[in-house]
Amino acid sequence: MSHDTAESLHTDDSLRWEKLKNRLFLGLCISASLFGVVALVLLLADVVYESVAGIVEFDISIVHFLTQGARRDPEDAGFMAAIAASVWLMILTTLMAFFIGVSSAVYLEEYAPDTRITRLIEANLANLAGVPSVVYGLLVLAAIVNGIGTGSILLAGAIALALLIVPIIIVATQESLRAVPDGLRHGSFATGATRWQTIRGVVLPAAMPGIFTGTILALARAIGETAPIIMVGILFTARTPPGPFDTFSAMPSQIYIWAAQPQPHFHHLAALGIVVLLAFMLSMNAAAVFLRNRYETDL
Amino acid sequence: MSHASTTAESEDSSTIDTALSTESRDDRSSRPDETVIRSSGLDVYYGEDQALDGIDMEIPARKVTALIGPSGCGKSTFLRSINRMNDLIDVARVDGDLYFRRKNVYDADVDPVALRRKIGMVFQKPNPFPKSIRDNVAYGLRVQGKTDDVDGRIEEALRGAALWDEVEDRLGESGLELSGGQQQRLCIARAIATDPEVILMDEPASALDPVATAKIEDLIEDLAREYTVVIVTHNMQQAARISDKTAVFLTGGNLVEFGDTNEVFSNPENDRVEDYITGKFG
Repeated sequence: MSHDTAESLHTDDSLRWEKLKNRLFLGLCISASLFGVVALVLLLADVVYESVAGIVEFDISIVHFLTQGARRDPEDAGFMAAIAASVWLMILTTLMAFFIGVSSAVYLEEYAPDTRITRLIEANLANLAGVPSVVYGLLVLAAIVNGIGTGSILLAGAIALALLIVPIIIVATQESLRAVPDGLRHGSFATGATRWQTIRGVVLPAAMPGIFTGTILALARAIGETAPIIMVGILFTARTPPGPFDTFSAMPSQIYIWAAQPQPHFHHLAALGIVVLLAFMLSMNAAAVFLRNRYETDL
Repeated sequence: MSHASTTAESEDSSTIDTALSTESRDDRSSRPDETVIRSSGLDVYYGEDQALDGIDMEIPARKVTALIGPSGCGKSTFLRSINRMNDLIDVARVDGDLYFRRKNVYDADVDPVALRRKIGMVFQKPNPFPKSIRDNVAYGLRVQGKTDDVDGRIEEALRGAALWDEVEDRLGESGLELSGGQQQRLCIARAIATDPEVILMDEPASALDPVATAKIEDLIEDLAREYTVVIVTHNMQQAARISDKTAVFLTGGNLVEFGDTNEVFSNPENDRVEDYITGKFG
């Protein structure tokens, strides 16, 4: 009754079926993971095609586009005012969100006792991170633009964006602080350092690359946020905003208004605007990745 | 729950006798024994768990005192209660007295930060900061405001830690670039740069290879000329080689034997200590 050993080592029908299932499942997983990449490539291809078509068919000058403000006449319209407004927004948002976010995270990780109240704050931060951005836009519109009566100024837009990304910065900072080994803190305390000296001299420097990376990624999200900027800003302005108390129309809202115009010329301007916006976002993401790789240390 | 302080020293009521009994083998200092740290009925709890049970100990100046015992016996806890590092653990609670230079360090008016400026500490795992070698050693000087002659103090500390010759040309390099043994000596340099009176060491060589361990052991014997050294070790040969006094902790946070190292190892009073140091358990 002995089996033929050589025979039993061959693939038989039941094994064949199992192997087919294996391949099917693998194919499913690969298609799922390619979905995002394909979508991104299609998006980029479409935008680039529209931009090139605009440059060729409507004779859009890239220099003109990048140096002139918005105009009612599509022949003369440019993106400069929107770029400047977005850069202003990023600067003001960073100033507000970075310090608020990092300070809260330092409090929660380094000082706060593990009590019910601390846990309540942390749970609510997670909730805040999930609030739709249009809600922050409405809040700032009601409380600051109309409530205080500032009008549609850059500072109000920056406040809306800062509210949006503070929870993200807090979570990223908390993770970076948790990654700092307790041995470093103890080494500092044992040297006779106070808690503040320990945080300033050892913990924050060790966590800084991670904090910067998280902040840049949060800003890359903020620069593309459209809803709060449409609520708080004005839709159309030819003027490059000279300071934080001036009205503005940032890149996303300028793209939005161009895309909503009937003339095809404006649609090609919108496509070019998207290319510029994506260039900003992708270079911020690249900076974040560079920082992470450059300063990654084994503590 | 009586703590078995059955050693010769503890039974002596007179500290002068204690001093005389150790002076005969004391080749490091001609001074009589001077107690720097004294604990009396020290209990430490982590939440409901008692980690130390009524510890009475007198640690002499400019000697090496080794704390040995099996894992979980409380020797590290005792070490950390000297410079109040246990304060950093939320659930830790201390009863009883621990005197540093006749001042109870658990008195309400004692600032643990000020205490730790007098008592340096070296940890089991080398923990240099992710900074340059120079900044690692200067760290304590900066936080303590000792900003005069920083370079001189850095060199002195690195020489004291037997590391100067290996790093004098690369003080600007990261402390993390050093080998494990060098990192640990860097941590010793960091601890002695601010010139504390006492140095606590929590198994400083347990993460190192034998060559690096030998260097650290030599260094500890040198350090005891200037500093009071208290060292926790798992390694009984190490305790026998480098220490003047040995305290044996056994499970339950009890100090079962404390005395001159020679006597503890050659003629322990407690049977369980004899079993432990001859390797029958632990």
